[in-house]
Amino acid sequence: MERSFKITASEGIHARPATLLVSSATPYKADVQLTYNNKSVNLKSIMGVMAQGIPAGAIVTISAEGPDEAELLNKVEEVMVTQGLGEKC
Amino acid sequence: MLEINGVAASNGIALANAYCLVEPELSFEKYEITNIEAELDRLKSAISRTKLELEEIRDSAMLKFGEERAAIFSAHLLILEDPEIISALEAKINEKVNAEFALDEIASMYAQLFESMENEYMKERAADIRDVSKRLLAHLLQIELPDYSRISSEVIIVAEDLTPSITAQLDKQYVKGFVTDIGGKTSHSAILARAMEIPAIVGTKTATKTISHGSPMIIDGLNGKVVVHPTEEIHESYRLLERKQREENELLKKYIELPSMSADGHSVEIAGNIGKPEDVDAVLKNGGEGIGLFRTEFLYMDRDELPSEEEQFNAYKTVLTKMAGRPTVVRTLDIGGDKELPYLKLPAEMNPFLGYRAIRLCLEQTEIFRTQLRALLRASVYGNLKIMFPMIATLDEFRAAKALLLEEKHKLADEEIAVSEQIEIGMMVEIPSAAVIADLFAQEADFLSIGTNDLIQYTLAADRMNERVSYLYQPYHPAVLRLIKMVIDAAHNNGKWVGMCGEMAGDEIAVPILLGLGLDEFSMSSSSILKTRGLLSKLSKEKLAEQVKQILLLKTSSEVEQYVKEVLN
Repeated sequence: MERSFKITASEGIHARPATLLVSSATPYKADVQLTYNNKSVNLKSIMGVMAQGIPAGAIVTISAEGPDEAELLNKVEEVMVTQGLGEKC
Repeated sequence: MLEINGVAASNGIALANAYCLVEPELSFEKYEITNIEAELDRLKSAISRTKLELEEIRDSAMLKFGEERAAIFSAHLLILEDPEIISALEAKINEKVNAEFALDEIASMYAQLFESMENEYMKERAADIRDVSKRLLAHLLQIELPDYSRISSEVIIVAEDLTPSITAQLDKQYVKGFVTDIGGKTSHSAILARAMEIPAIVGTKTATKTISHGSPMIIDGLNGKVVVHPTEEIHESYRLLERKQREENELLKKYIELPSMSADGHSVEIAGNIGKPEDVDAVLKNGGEGIGLFRTEFLYMDRDELPSEEEQFNAYKTVLTKMAGRPTVVRTLDIGGDKELPYLKLPAEMNPFLGYRAIRLCLEQTEIFRTQLRALLRASVYGNLKIMFPMIATLDEFRAAKALLLEEKHKLADEEIAVSEQIEIGMMVEIPSAAVIADLFAQEADFLSIGTNDLIQYTLAADRMNERVSYLYQPYHPAVLRLIKMVIDAAHNNGKWVGMCGEMAGDEIAVPILLGLGLDEFSMSSSSILKTRGLLSKLSKEKLAEQVKQILLLKTSSEVEQYVKEVLN
């Protein structure tokens, strides 16, 4: 299961947005990957997410696999949108 | 007595004893382990103790500094529990090495990864990784890190540099200032000192080597000076100065809520100049009634490529939202001259101040300009936006810039994107030619804003960066004053308002003259707002309007200065 987002946070996915995204995914059991520029990292790893250096305007894909994958993706989407980090596309 | 100079990073004077931050030595040997399970348990237990400690620091930072500053520790907690790092650590320990060695290897690898990134911001994240790994290492070695929150007498912190986790433990009640060996005006410790409103000198190179713990010392945050073991005489003079500043600041606080009004009841607007969205906080805190100049260059600087429309939109939206309907004047890109953007690859020029810069560049590289205009127009619905163009020399330039703006506005309308209908379009008057024909500009612009820094240097043909001709940088030169009068009169004759956004707008000799000339908006750095409002409240606009007629007949800058000083007394 996957969803794509366009990043709208003015500084891209820096420390604060990365913290929010990783915190939103961590409580779930499902494995979750964030793909940007053909490179995938574990969305539960803040170092991995920050190391991607995702700028504003980037398109990222988040794919989850596991028993609670739908809940996880819903939560990630909620955080993306309500915190002004990105919009669904 | 010893004097050390550094970079003045936060204003103010502090007198207290030195508190030298010495980090404990965290050294260890690499050794082969026999019981892998036991080593993994040792790591696990150190992680959980570190977690408890970080949670405590985060909660205390939340109480002391608020959520924004505490957020760094939420990030530290995630780094500590990062599943990728933990599995890398476990894999390393499975190779039969001790946990300390494994940690050092993995943390260095990640820190180097971030340090090798091109983006400055990402480079700094390496400090967070080192910070977390140091804390975890201390727990593995069972060495207690000093608890700086226990400082309970007034001190000035002396350190090589301040890590986020140290600064979050410092209590403003006791910490009176910082002195560091490294760093510049935008380093973490400098920003923190300004947020705490305490003086700081950074980049002294030698402070930790030359200042010993407990030494009496003085820091002068205005001049970037540190005095260790001051003589009694010097100590006394700084003590008086510190008290005077504190009393003045107290007195000025009452002006935060008061309107900007002259003694005879004429209102003007006192606004702030900003460079970044976060500067808005200081403007509001000091009671600024608007923003008279948002220099948008910062969005373009210290990076490798042009900012996207979306990025700019978010920055403008933030500023307008925070200003909540107060007038907000945004100046379009003023790059070139002394402000370079390496990625634009502009050729070097003989006379950069007279060359290809600001609106001249924007009217030729229209894609850059259009992107900014679109971002501004889209953000306009979030507040009271006014747009002005820099370095306008001819009416054709103003018309061309305005036409591009209107074109983008129509395009957005076609795309059904909302744009405010109330946006005023104005210009900077900073080139003498524009001042002289201000009457023609005032028929077409909604407002004029006088940029004195450039207007003075162009009027007297003196580069303000060149020390040998700096005597010619004369704000009160009769020619400058007459040009300002022409601009103000031209705007008013056409029913337009006029502001000023150079240093001069907050200058105590210039303010009475400008009030007498009828200036409507005074825009300055946030720290000058209250002082200027206090000064205005003591001046009579009607009386000054009469006195200004005399002032405009004076022959030299020093005659003007003398005259105003006499009037003020």
